[in-house]
Amino acid sequence: MDKGKSIKLELTAARVRKSILGQVFAASSGHPGGSLSCADMLTYLYFHEMEVDPAKPRWEGRDRFVLSKGHCSPALYAVLAERGFFPKDDLKGFRSADSYLEGHPSMKSVPGVDMSTGSLGQGISAAVGMAIAGKLYGEGFRVYAMIGDGESEEGQVWEAFMCAAHYKLDNLCCFLDYNGLQIDGSIKDVVSPEPFAEKYRAFGWNVVEIDGHDFAAIERAALEARACVGRPTAVVAATVKGKGVSYMENQAGWHGAAPNAEQYATALAELDAAIAGLGGANGNGGDVDG
Amino acid sequence: MADKVATREAYGKALAEFGADKDIVVLDADLSKSTMTNEFKKVYPERFVNMGIAEANMMDVAAGISTCGKTVFASSFAIFAAGRAWEQIRNTICYPSLNVKVGATHAGISVGEDGASHQCVEDLAIMRVLPNMRVISPCDAVSARWAVKAAIDNPGPFYLRFGRLAVGKVHGDDADFELGKGIRLRDGDDVTIMATGLMVHEALLAHEILKRKGIAARVVDMHTIKPLDEGMVEACARETGAIVTCEEHSVMGGFGGAVAEAVCRRFPVPMRMVGIMDRFGKSGKPQRLMEMYGLTASDVAGAAAELAAAKGGR
Repeated sequence: MDKGKSIKLELTAARVRKSILGQVFAASSGHPGGSLSCADMLTYLYFHEMEVDPAKPRWEGRDRFVLSKGHCSPALYAVLAERGFFPKDDLKGFRSADSYLEGHPSMKSVPGVDMSTGSLGQGISAAVGMAIAGKLYGEGFRVYAMIGDGESEEGQVWEAFMCAAHYKLDNLCCFLDYNGLQIDGSIKDVVSPEPFAEKYRAFGWNVVEIDGHDFAAIERAALEARACVGRPTAVVAATVKGKGVSYMENQAGWHGAAPNAEQYATALAELDAAIAGLGGANGNGGDVDG
Repeated sequence: MADKVATREAYGKALAEFGADKDIVVLDADLSKSTMTNEFKKVYPERFVNMGIAEANMMDVAAGISTCGKTVFASSFAIFAAGRAWEQIRNTICYPSLNVKVGATHAGISVGEDGASHQCVEDLAIMRVLPNMRVISPCDAVSARWAVKAAIDNPGPFYLRFGRLAVGKVHGDDADFELGKGIRLRDGDDVTIMATGLMVHEALLAHEILKRKGIAARVVDMHTIKPLDEGMVEACARETGAIVTCEEHSVMGGFGGAVAEAVCRRFPVPMRMVGIMDRFGKSGKPQRLMEMYGLTASDVAGAAAELAAAKGGR
């Protein structure tokens, strides 16, 4: 990936992070930590990898994405709005009774959401279903999913992994947002689902291990997934929970908590500084043209 | 009787019959010989996908396939389909109202020898409570075939409840079924017996027992539990003044509960519920179990006679 493209994606991801914070602050609730850790991969998927059409969100030939860790809806909504699926202004309504932006992704109400998720372990199975449909009917679309490391304590994730390998779903690519933290603390202390790469290989998957905040690495993984024949690909992406906001980084406490006004201002200042550092204008309302 | 056919067998044959529609996909969880989805597999192996013994995954895979414009049937025994995978059905099928049809076989205690672990007597309750879900409980091969067609013709989630036992025909081959409309099988004004599934057969026998006692019992096949035919419930309440419900299911929250809700809302009359009394099943021959659990024609007739007597002061 050339430097220009990488910087453009980083600028977009910084705007997405500002939007995540904005949504959670406006709603006084939501899940910033895991949204920030998967923000770069979501940005990559919607701005560089997937074939989608914001004007036709239900276009049959589109690539599909399932956010199996559905509580990170602010990241998905931010990326979808940034990509033009719905007005950014609507994000202010996140989690409110008069908005269509449900706390967890709802495919019936939010343009661009391919599967309703929120109950952990289920989205990955639905993604497997989409990939099976693609294979059964010879459709060329690809299916992407994002699961959490804590989510992987759900047994259903492993049923889905077994099934995907059995049916040789090489049109499926699953990203693991490996930030190491869940609500009650470190995944190592709660009930460890580790090791991941070894388990995935044992389940028959192609495995790529990357830094989930490095766009060149994300691209390499996506290309490897496309090139792999006869096996689904798991991208084990090492990430930082709360990435981009200093006081949230690696803090389990920010899994599902909203910042207060002061904390929100601090977060925005940090993200604006990051944007300026990348050569973009200081964003107000996320209007930076990457 | 030679012409007895299990509703699960009619289900499998209907899938094979209507499976010419290339948008139909059938999933099973390692029970295709028992659920009879292998009838579909024989004809359309390319659209049959075995999910292995992993019902939770199966339901959500079905959801995913359906979003690609397909009609998906997902089958297992009722206890595993409705029970084990309930939350998958709730959150990933019913909440987004996806085009998935849960084909559940081996419902009720007539499963027999396998015993309590495999006898699902709670499924009607936990399926009908789900928004967007439609629930059909056919009593014979003819209505089972229609149930499959209705599920295909109406987009969105369905729960189809089939039994293991071979049963005789209640309906003629040309019977006119309509989703959400009960079918009056016997006339009578002293009491109404509303039955669903296997219990329709017992209700018809009860009608004869009651006739001999001079009681005219109306008998209605309520094949659709949801949407419930509330118009039929109200008409029977008004015209006969007493209703007995019959189901091979717990008396709590199931078909009887659904009828009671409608009766309370529209025209309160005395009711009795024939069903399983808040307990688990057990191993045994199906007919013996039906007797032990109070699900025979004489149990139905007894309940109906009591109601009629209380009503008429007999």
